[in-house]
Amino acid sequence: MAFRLVSLASAFAFGVLAGLAPASAQDRSIVVASTTSTQDSGLFGHLLPLFKARTNIEVKVIAQGTGQALDTARRGDADVVFVHARSQEEKFVTDGFGVKRFDVMYNDFVLIGPKGDPAGVKGKDIETALRAIQAKAAPFVSRGDKSGTHSAELALWKQAGIDIAAAKGPWYREIGQGMGPALNTAGAMNGYVLADRGTWISFRNRGELEIAVEGDKRLFNQYGVILVNPEKFPSVKKEFGQIFIDWLVSAEGQAAIAAYKIDGQQLFFPNAEKKAS
Amino acid sequence: MRAPTSDLPLVLDGISLQAGATTILDRLNLTIAPGPPTLIVGPNGAGKSTLLRVMMGLASPTAGRVSWGGRTASPPLRRAIVFQRPVMLRRTVAANVAYALAQAGTPRRQRAERVAALLERVGLPDLAQRPARKLSGGEQQRLALARALARDPEILLLDEPTASLDPAATRGVEEIVLMAAQSGIKIVMASHDLGQVRRLAGEVMFMVRGCLRERAAAADFLDHPTTPEAAAFLRGDLVI
Amino acid sequence: MSDQYSAWQLILNGDAALFAIVRLSLAVSLSAVALAALIGMPLGALLALARFPGRSVLVVLLNALMGLPPVVVGLAVYLLLSRSGPLGAMGILFTPTAMVIAQTILIVPIIAALTRQTIEDLWAEYRDELTAMDVSQTGRMVTLLWDARFSLLTALLAGFGRAAAEVGAVMIVGGNIDGFTRTMTTAVALETSKGNLPLALGLGLVLVAIVLAINAAAWGTRVWSERQVG
Repeated sequence: MAFRLVSLASAFAFGVLAGLAPASAQDRSIVVASTTSTQDSGLFGHLLPLFKARTNIEVKVIAQGTGQALDTARRGDADVVFVHARSQEEKFVTDGFGVKRFDVMYNDFVLIGPKGDPAGVKGKDIETALRAIQAKAAPFVSRGDKSGTHSAELALWKQAGIDIAAAKGPWYREIGQGMGPALNTAGAMNGYVLADRGTWISFRNRGELEIAVEGDKRLFNQYGVILVNPEKFPSVKKEFGQIFIDWLVSAEGQAAIAAYKIDGQQLFFPNAEKKAS
Repeated sequence: MRAPTSDLPLVLDGISLQAGATTILDRLNLTIAPGPPTLIVGPNGAGKSTLLRVMMGLASPTAGRVSWGGRTASPPLRRAIVFQRPVMLRRTVAANVAYALAQAGTPRRQRAERVAALLERVGLPDLAQRPARKLSGGEQQRLALARALARDPEILLLDEPTASLDPAATRGVEEIVLMAAQSGIKIVMASHDLGQVRRLAGEVMFMVRGCLRERAAAADFLDHPTTPEAAAFLRGDLVI
Repeated sequence: MSDQYSAWQLILNGDAALFAIVRLSLAVSLSAVALAALIGMPLGALLALARFPGRSVLVVLLNALMGLPPVVVGLAVYLLLSRSGPLGAMGILFTPTAMVIAQTILIVPIIAALTRQTIEDLWAEYRDELTAMDVSQTGRMVTLLWDARFSLLTALLAGFGRAAAEVGAVMIVGGNIDGFTRTMTTAVALETSKGNLPLALGLGLVLVAIVLAINAAAWGTRVWSERQVG
């Protein structure tokens, strides 16, 4: 009886394991390490079914911060990276982890703040706004997670002439989490936060938050896509990965990106280089 | 299969057992050989249960030597024990007996037949498929006897098996014990029921405070005790 | 799962994606419980019965490991299964198999520690009887595990509860891939990060309801069969 029970448990466990394991022989799927902003904004939910219908390739998206996504790829655990921190991406390619970087699209960052606008930044340009926030020590939520948004934020402080590492005080909160949690935190503490517009538009828990600064050219947020170097990691599915990249920058993929809208607002603006052919 | 060895005679040589400062068994020397049932009597706390556990090999004496058929370290091959409150394995009556048979080395294909025979022997054939823990106290004691007999013992130790049973159940257990004795199994049984001693005993060992005070044929002990403690015990006085 | 709907509407509409998530959560956690039982129960029984030097250290360690943080387990399994890790060639990172492995590691200590306690208590009751029957060490383990089966159900439920509720390990080794490795808990984490708090809460309640239903079913089974067997 006891023996029968043990066999039953083993059979169940291994049966499920076998059932869950990927059928590697005809496994037409790739792993794409991407950012929370592309996932949380729902862009992938819109693009991937179209891509699958066209190519019958399944795309498995791991949504992380840009830094973490690049790390995942550096360990060989992804086939393609689709992120938004140009300098980090270029270093990734230079270091030999990626084959080639392609521009895909951009959206822009917006500075989100409480409706009361305690630092008085509404309508200002981003540099002025950041200086005002620092001067008034108004609460500011930083992703603090090496993500693309975090990189952009750090670059903006620098452009504003502020050495944030030296200037930060209790008003500057690094939470080490994704865009959504950062917005949730800013809402809870009536603080400012730099967010990508896509996540902001699709964010449901706005509370007292609204856009404080937008439209500044320096808030431009470029997305790039890179095939992980198969010479470094033979497990990389280079054919399928390349098909995905080619599709993203093709006229069809670019049109699909432009067509994604929430509440009538376009979230991402395709800007892949036109191919010669 | 069973080794062609015997657990008898069972010899206790200068056995003492101390638990901290308390002496539970005090320099016992005795030999148990085949013969009519031996009943161990004595007041509560005399050390009857501990003596049985030492005889079974379940308790280690702090001094002295126990040997079974001449061997000092002996797995319980041809001896078995029935406790005052036997543990019923959480399975059916038949499965309890089958378990004991398996542990005693009975080949699988003989077990069903022997289970039936043993349950017949202890009067439980109708309850074979009943969960053992659902049995009454008397029935549990019969099942414990069936399990003990499954080991095909030469010596069967019983620790007050009827202490918490009503008279009818007690009679049932005693009948099984007598039948076992008649089949040649040496019975060593602790009891504080003088009526039971009269009904079952061939000889009596009388214990007080860990010491063996008298060992005599049952009739002699009951009619002519030689120690004042035994006389007092038989009168029904408190013996301390 | 479209987030225009509340969780209740998703249930009422029989939302396929929601059911796929529930199915995956249950498949992963129940597999982990089954595997952890195969490892943890004999281990616990062995620790209860065997006497060897260092045993008490092991017991304390096992009890401490019950509080193993899921993210730590997730990270360790991640490093192990990553293409750059020692088992990278298996290519099972970001698959349900990896999630089962991580959860198994997470709950083996729970099942083993609770089993050890249960078996040790039962052994105190059974010691004389089993010794008198000359039962071997392995036989004792099997007998005690079988006779403690109703109490051990609690250990299994504790393990299942831990597995079904954790998010740290499955998030790291599974990657929360839509339609592939997304479980109830990672879905809740995702919806929370999207600020979709009502849907996140609804999914959380669905999870609690499922765990509750499984516990109730297991408890009912235990009470019923205990009444049968005594």
